[in-house]
Amino acid sequence: MESTRRDFLTTAATAAGAAAAGNLAHAQAQDHDHVHQAVPSDMTLRVKSLESLLVEKGLVDSAALDALVDTYEHKVGPRNGAQVVARAWADPAYKERLLVDADKAIAELGYGGMQGEHMVVVENTPSVHNMVVCTLCSCYPWPVLGLPPVWYKSAPYRSRSVIDPRGVLREFGLELSEDVEVRVWDSTAEVRFLVLPERPAGTEALSEDALAALVTRNSMIGVAKVLPRREGGAA
Amino acid sequence: MNGVHDMGGMQDMGPVQEEKNEPVFHHPWEGRVFAMYRATGAWRKWNLDAARYARELIPPAEYLRMSYYEKWYAALADMLTARGLVTRAEIESGRPAHGSAKATPPLTPKQMLESVAKGASAKRDVSVAPRFQAGQRIRARNINPVGHTRLPRYARGKVGTIDRDYGVFVFPDTNALFLGENPQHLYAVRFSARELWGDQAKPQDTVYLSMWDDYLEPA
Repeated sequence: MESTRRDFLTTAATAAGAAAAGNLAHAQAQDHDHVHQAVPSDMTLRVKSLESLLVEKGLVDSAALDALVDTYEHKVGPRNGAQVVARAWADPAYKERLLVDADKAIAELGYGGMQGEHMVVVENTPSVHNMVVCTLCSCYPWPVLGLPPVWYKSAPYRSRSVIDPRGVLREFGLELSEDVEVRVWDSTAEVRFLVLPERPAGTEALSEDALAALVTRNSMIGVAKVLPRREGGAA
Repeated sequence: MNGVHDMGGMQDMGPVQEEKNEPVFHHPWEGRVFAMYRATGAWRKWNLDAARYARELIPPAEYLRMSYYEKWYAALADMLTARGLVTRAEIESGRPAHGSAKATPPLTPKQMLESVAKGASAKRDVSVAPRFQAGQRIRARNINPVGHTRLPRYARGKVGTIDRDYGVFVFPDTNALFLGENPQHLYAVRFSARELWGDQAKPQDTVYLSMWDDYLEPA
């Protein structure tokens, strides 16, 4: 399998490079004004080629790909998780349900599905700070946070979160006190974790929507705290 | 496999770099790869664990150099060919082989969205006795399988405590190799950071892993 891939990567790169050169020559021949247009990247060409192959073979419907991309670009994201957190802050009975059976409680707000089939919510308190990582790949609770940011999938975060969580948090600007217990959740199976951050002081009068507006993606991964106001005064 | 993907505990990877206002996909092709992976998965020629294993098989230097979705592309192309949905020649040419069969209708947009909303649970409703109970001390087995495993190197041989029982789940080590789901109990297991990393860790800090019965032995 491995040697197959080595061969594949080499030959695909060559084929895509040849295709790029061909496109450029074609553009030059047609119209000198287009000579300086950006040549599509290697990956753009390779992926287009694969999609057209899969469509021609009847394996993939391009409209289904459009629908999925649209879902994760525009519909599913950390605003979902922020609603869950705000509800938990505003409604103690909901918070109790969320901590006992996260799947059901999250489903009450209409969220669930792919990569969020089995959820656990962990609560940050003045004495316990939870943070979430996937050291082996990129596991992340899609229905409540959307697709993970690049840093979450990066080697620095994956490697160091378990051995030096406090150092990693410092890079996010979060200095934890010495006596706090840091709990790192390594997502090594099909259970996904959402951090319930601490509700900031001075937010007692805020509505649930106003509370949700304070909640950041990073606070629900556990690499930040929620501030009483969003940066830039958006709250 | 003791591969570079199993990087928990490494220290030379540099600082975590956050991109402000990061888009979901940085280039349109990334979204297409992401979606094609989902759409072709519907043919059930592989499973989630096999897909992870395919990414782990990317040679280490390339694994570290490639972007996230470049790895997905490489693994997708590899699975498509290894599982017989397309040939390597077809991927290279971008054209179906002359006279090759056309598949039955692919996932429609509606079916795609339904599958995402429904999810794909790895939990199995079968009666399997748990080998451990909450509160019990365990030791993570010192295993070094050459195939796929979700037992990271940094936890092997270490002593922890069963925090809770998540129920019965598909076992990735066999499922990734198409050797069966082998469903068994999955637990949250708590390790003291000092047990994992020694005295440089704070005494109160902990790391929780999700671990199957076959990864554990009584301590």
